[in-house]
Amino acid sequence: MWKAQIDVSYKDGILEPQGVAIKDSLASLGFAGIEKVKVGKLIEIELSGNLTEDKAKEEVTAMCKKLLANVVMENFSFILKKVEK
Amino acid sequence: MKFGVIVFPGSNCDHDCYYAAKDVMGQEAEFIWHKDTKLDGIDCLIVPGGFSYGDYLRAGAIARFAPIMEEVQKFAEKGKLVIGICNGFQILVEAGLLPGALQRNDNLHFICKNVQLKVENSKTSFSSACAPGQVLSIPIAHGQGNYFADDQTIAELKKNNQIVFRYCDEKGVVAKENNPNGSLEAIAGICNKKGNVLGMMPHPERAAEDVLGSSDGKFILQSIINTVTGKN
Repeated sequence: MWKAQIDVSYKDGILEPQGVAIKDSLASLGFAGIEKVKVGKLIEIELSGNLTEDKAKEEVTAMCKKLLANVVMENFSFILKKVEK
Repeated sequence: MKFGVIVFPGSNCDHDCYYAAKDVMGQEAEFIWHKDTKLDGIDCLIVPGGFSYGDYLRAGAIARFAPIMEEVQKFAEKGKLVIGICNGFQILVEAGLLPGALQRNDNLHFICKNVQLKVENSKTSFSSACAPGQVLSIPIAHGQGNYFADDQTIAELKKNNQIVFRYCDEKGVVAKENNPNGSLEAIAGICNKKGNVLGMMPHPERAAEDVLGSSDGKFILQSIINTVTGKN
């Protein structure tokens, strides 16, 4: 079985209000020296082990572009691993 | 004329839109279930507000693949009128029928309040019953209405007069303090280049009778009716 760990996060330069709020709240808890906080999504998808690695990568990329990320404001990247069921 | 109101699982302004179209404006109206694919006899489609599919993943991201959306795409390509309100606007940008994206409000709050809108373009099918620069009082109710697009898209929106409504004060002044959600250019509503698809975060159907505090939403519905019936 293939397991894809997909990271979806805002592109640089887009104001990400959740990240700013978390940064401020960490600072108020006394954590010093934080320069930036970014909040994204982690999506795990399990795919059939019958797929070749290239095909699995192709499928996950298509899923990201079509649904999982909004490429107007988000970037995506993923790690694909072969795992035992 | 006939309005079609699309109903997704999680839509919650569908009945308000139906009521405003039928009972307030005296037009024909019909609900269209998201799994339907027939739009016979419809002159204007309303994609209503709510939380379609629970707003999972991103607001509008899943609704945009509902069976009806392919028909909406074709309907829009034919030049027929489509108006997306609130979650409907989010669905239309996800579907690529309108440019840009709607991000979380910059103050992270869900904002539910009356706002003032300046009519920036009174020549569209959705605003022709308004005077140029008219200020409309219409409520907003959203957590993700912060309009974003890249510089090039914003420049194009401006060049083609696609910015239809902007947040302002009672006098029509557009300024940072009157922008409730951080939208670029204080954008509250835009149309496509062809001018037959409009998306707006404020709810005209919630401001369609004086008893609701404002009837300014009727200007938008009346503009649509005038366009369809050729009274413009």
